[in-house]
Formats: sequence, C-alpha cells, structure tokens
Amino acid sequence: MKKTYKIEVDCANCANKMEEAAKRTDGVKDASVNFMMLKMHVEFEEGRNPREVMQEVLKNCRKVEDDCEIYI
Amino acid sequence: MNKKQKKMLARILIAAALLVFLNFIPAKGWLRFLLYLAPYLVIGYDILLKAARGVKNRQVFDECFLMAVATVGAIALALYEKSGDYTEAIAVMLFYQIGEWFQSYAVGKSRRNISELMDIRPDYANVETDGRLEKTDPDEIEIGTVIVVQPGEKVPIDGIVLEGASSLNTSALTGESLPRDVKAGDEIISGCINMTGVLKIRTTKEFGESTVSKILDLVENATSRKSRSEDFISKFARVYTPAVCCAALALAFLPPLVRMTALGMNPAWGSWIYRALTFLVISCPCALVISIPLSFFAGIGGASNAGVLVKGSNYLETLSQTRIVVFDKTGTLTQGVFEVNGIHHNEMENEKLIEYAALAESASSHPISKSLQRAYGKEIDRSRVEDIREISGNGVIARVDGREVAAGNDKLMASLGIPYKNCRSVGTIIHMAVDGSYAGHIVISDVVKPRAGEAVKALKKAGVQKVVMLTGDAKRVADQVSASLGIDEVYSELLPGDKVQKVEELLKDKTDNARLAFVGDGINDAPVLGRADIGIAMGAMGSDAAIEAADVVLMDDDPVKIAKAIKISRKCLGIVYQNIVFAIGIKLICLALGALGLANMWLAIFADVGVMVIAVLNAIRALFVKKL
Repeated sequence: MKKTYKIEVDCANCANKMEEAAKRTDGVKDASVNFMMLKMHVEFEEGRNPREVMQEVLKNCRKVEDDCEIYI
Repeated sequence: MNKKQKKMLARILIAAALLVFLNFIPAKGWLRFLLYLAPYLVIGYDILLKAARGVKNRQVFDECFLMAVATVGAIALALYEKSGDYTEAIAVMLFYQIGEWFQSYAVGKSRRNISELMDIRPDYANVETDGRLEKTDPDEIEIGTVIVVQPGEKVPIDGIVLEGASSLNTSALTGESLPRDVKAGDEIISGCINMTGVLKIRTTKEFGESTVSKILDLVENATSRKSRSEDFISKFARVYTPAVCCAALALAFLPPLVRMTALGMNPAWGSWIYRALTFLVISCPCALVISIPLSFFAGIGGASNAGVLVKGSNYLETLSQTRIVVFDKTGTLTQGVFEVNGIHHNEMENEKLIEYAALAESASSHPISKSLQRAYGKEIDRSRVEDIREISGNGVIARVDGREVAAGNDKLMASLGIPYKNCRSVGTIIHMAVDGSYAGHIVISDVVKPRAGEAVKALKKAGVQKVVMLTGDAKRVADQVSASLGIDEVYSELLPGDKVQKVEELLKDKTDNARLAFVGDGINDAPVLGRADIGIAMGAMGSDAAIEAADVVLMDDDPVKIAKAIKISRKCLGIVYQNIVFAIGIKLICLALGALGLANMWLAIFADVGVMVIAVLNAIRALFVKKL
C-alpha cells in the first residue's frame, strides 16, 4: 500500500535525512520525500498498519531532525 | 512570509543592531563577554538547543551541532587568547541564520510561483437546483450531473456541452494563447477558463479522474522521481559533512602535534584550532542540496506552463540528452485526418463528382467516406441514394438520383470491367464510374501539419542529430512526406509490432550517451512509448492512455513544442551543472584557503551563504522558459 503525507521541514538536507530515516523504519518498503512539494510518499510492507508504522516513522524522523512534522 | 520567517527576521535584525551597538561600548574582560553573549544567544539559541538535542539523538554530523561547535569554539578561543573578539562568532551565526532564512523564503516563494503558474485547480462547481446556482465542492459532483460554468470561471470537471457556446482560454493547460470555440455537443475538458458565454455541461468524469486533477497530480509528483544529479548530490551530501568534520579534527590536532614533536616548534594550538573551526563553518552542504531539486522543480514548473508536462526530474535529464527523435507519422507530423487532395481525369464537374462519391459512401463510417462527406460539405440527403452494395475491401456501388455510381479502388473497376487511369499522386485513390463509364478519380491523403517542417528544423537546431519517421503507410506516401519535411530516415509499411522492433534497432545502433525519444499521438503506441529512452505523447489533452504511457506529454498537438521541450530541459540541466560545479568548487577553494590559514571565518561564512544565495537565484532562472 502506498500513502502520501504532508510534511513540514525547513531545509533540503533535513528532508533527505528524513527520507533515509523513513526508509530504515520497520514496516516501510520504500519512502521518498519531496522537499519542494513538502510531501512524503510511503510504501508500506504487506499487512502492516500504516497508522502504527507512521508513528514509528515520525519518531525516527524526529531523531534525525527534531524540527520536523508529518501530518498523519 | 510565514510566522516562522517573520520571527527569524526579527531575531536577525535585533542581533545585528545589538552587534553594531556593542561596537561602540568600550567594555573589557568578563563584562564584554557577557554583553556580547546577548546577541549571540538572540541569534543562535535555537541552533544551540537543536545541537544539544542532536547530540542526545547521536546525530553529531548535524549542521546545527557543527555550527554550535564552530561558534562556541571561536568564542572560547577569544576568551583563551584574551583578544575579546567575539564579533566573529556572532557574525558567523548571524550569516548562517540569514542564509537559512533566505533559503526558506526563496523556496516558499518559488513554491507559490509555481503553484500560481499551475493555477488550474477549480475551487467549486455550480450546480443548478430549483433555478438557483449553488457552489459545490467539485469532489462531490457525480458523473452525469449538469453543471453551469459562467464567463470568467474555470471548467471544473470534464464533460459535454449541453447548452450554450463560448470561447475557452486553454493557455494554462496548453500554453496556447488562441482561444478555442465550443458549442453544444462538444467535449470540454476541465482547467480551461470560460471567457464569453454561459455553458451548461453534463459531466462525464469524476473530479479525481478529470484532466485537471490528473495534470496537477502529475506535476506535483514529478519532482518525486529523482534524477541522477539529485541522487549524486544526496550521496555527496551524506559523505561531505562527515568528511569535512574529520578533516577539521585532523587539522586541529595533527599539524600542532607534528610541529611540537617532530619539528620542535611552537605548536600554535590556537591558530590550528581556529582553522579547524573555519572548516566546520563550510561543512553544511545546504547550498547544493537545495539548489538542485529547486532547479528541477522550477524547470518542470516552467515547462508545464508552456504546455509540456514532464513526469519526473529524471525524464527532464534524459530529454536534455536527446540526439535521435523518432516520429510515428500519423498524428504527430500529419494531422491524422484524411482530406480530399485532388480530382483527376473527370468528365463531370468536381463538385458533382464529390457529391456522387459522398452520397454513394454515405452509409459507411470509414475515415475515407467521412472525408468525402466533409469535402461535399452539405447535408446528405439519404433519400437520393438507394440500392447500396458494399463490396468489402473494394468499394461501393449504389444508385444515386437514379444513376448507377461505383466508387472504389482499381479492383472494383477491374471487376466491373471498366477501364481506369492510374494516378501518380500520393494517397488513397478512389475511382469513380457513373452508369458504367469511367468518371475520373479522387485523391485522398493525410495532411501534413503546417508547422511540421519548422519542427524538424527546430529539432536540428536544438542539437538533435537524426530525425526518423516510422509509418504504416505506403512507401510512396512516406517518402514524399519525409522529403518535404527534411527527415533523415524513413521506415514505411510497418505494422504496429514492427515499430517496436525498429525502435529497438535504432536503440542498438546509437552511441551510448545519446538518448532516443519517440514521439507518438498516444493512440496504439504505448509499447513503443515505453521502449524508447523517453516517450513523448502529443495532442494528449484528455487522452488518459497517453498520459499514462508517456514520460513527457505535450498538451497540444504542435510538433514545434518538442524542440521547445528539449531546449527547456537543456536550460534546466545547464543550471543544475552550473550549480553543482559552482557550489562544490567554491567550497573546495574555501576549504583549501582555510587550511592554509588564508581564509578566516568571515570569508568562510560569506562564501557559504553567498554560494547558497547565488545557487538558489540561479535555480529559479529555470522557471523562465517563454523565450526559448
């Protein structure tokens, strides 16, 4: 399943870091962050609950860039 | 400016004012330190906090952490050396913040600019209930609803005009400034602006499936498909910061230790640590990381404004390397509509012959008979025709106004035993016989687009080395068209499957870094569009299949746009390379000068922020494509 979320982040490098962090999260098959549109596309692994996985994604993103927001 | 940016601007101004003011205060020692701490904290408190949180999360290569180390280090050095020069640390922080602020402002601004360019999203649809118009969210409109579009409003959903006539401004969709006229019965696509009359439209799609939603979705997601340059930069950024930090660490300790132990000289700790701190100031890769996606974003935005939809940054990159352009003739170089082009060897008047032909063929829906009916131009009176016999693959025999009319190819004439004259013109030939005697023939051929020749020339001028035409038509037709347009290679009489094969052959023959673009009209050529390095579909407004299959979609059917698309991509990629070389180059120079002790922190921060400002401004240049 694929979903798109709106995000809030200030710098382009931070967006890249968020992308990395999201990709590393358990339950995420692939993720890409579009800094210009401020959007995060997440592809979830089969049978995972996006809501729960996104909580983890947000937690991991906050670790690399604490000033970011994902509107889940 | 948003709230965050306003707050930041205020902090920048306060800190700068404080800094200037403190210059006139002759305080000494600890008092001076405490006084200077005020502007430093005003401008940098969030950086320090973020740095602390970064350390907690084990993110030591975070820009904030590095900036904090560099500035705190500079202040500590000033304290240690009793120079009292705190201005430098504060200035570094100040300029860093100015840079961040500018970046966020410029990005926000170009985000808005581009969404304005693509300002085709309709906010509401008018639904008539009990004689009153009610504004409704387009998302809630079901297929088959009748909506009303008043002059000045956007058409919100694709549909068919039921009532009214008007001119439509399609410039936001196609880049074409000439208005398009519609009347009852015409199909209408969303995103156009209704200019003159009130239109009643029956919707044929849901909002989410309408042209306008598809285009917006496509443009907004285009920058998610990253190009090789972007991948390179994000990889570079990942390595760059840690590398510079390690270099800084080495610079701080190695030379002094070597001087102390091996050379027996004064270690000069202060000066080497200062140089290392200068390194940290230049360690932020932001200029690079922001300017590359911003360039692509601006390039894609500018292209879509010109009626060229590029589905991803990667396609823009490929497009810029296009050296071979392969056209599928029908619908790209020619209009794909057949027209009567000549009438030869006729005994009766041209009009009369066409009239007979149109009437005899009136029962058929074949494109050829359609074109005969168009050439006739009048309402067809079916009561004048009787006894229609279609002879499959050969033609028609019918009784028109009591006379026996036969219209068809040479086989028909042969089977009727009527001597006929061959034609030297290119196209489909319809021989006519009236009451058993030959009455001449009508030549019907596909019409070359008026700007097709210009398009081929423009492509050559844009650096395309070879223009190839593929077609299913007869060799004679193909050769004539290609000769008149100046096309380099022609392959005719191809079946749809052969086209894929031909493209594969061309792909094999080309050099490695040349890219091959295939241009089709989006009908039946999805496999070839997919096989080429880059598939361009033209005249695709409203055709879902084409938007789906192609990498680049031309909204109108003007072939000159292909050269324009290539030029836009060249300009954008040019800017990308300029930014990469410029930003990396300046950083490396600053690192070298810093290591040699020729650059101080002032120069480093100026270089860092300056490079970013210039790179961002350069990136925004990709938006302006009107004059290409």
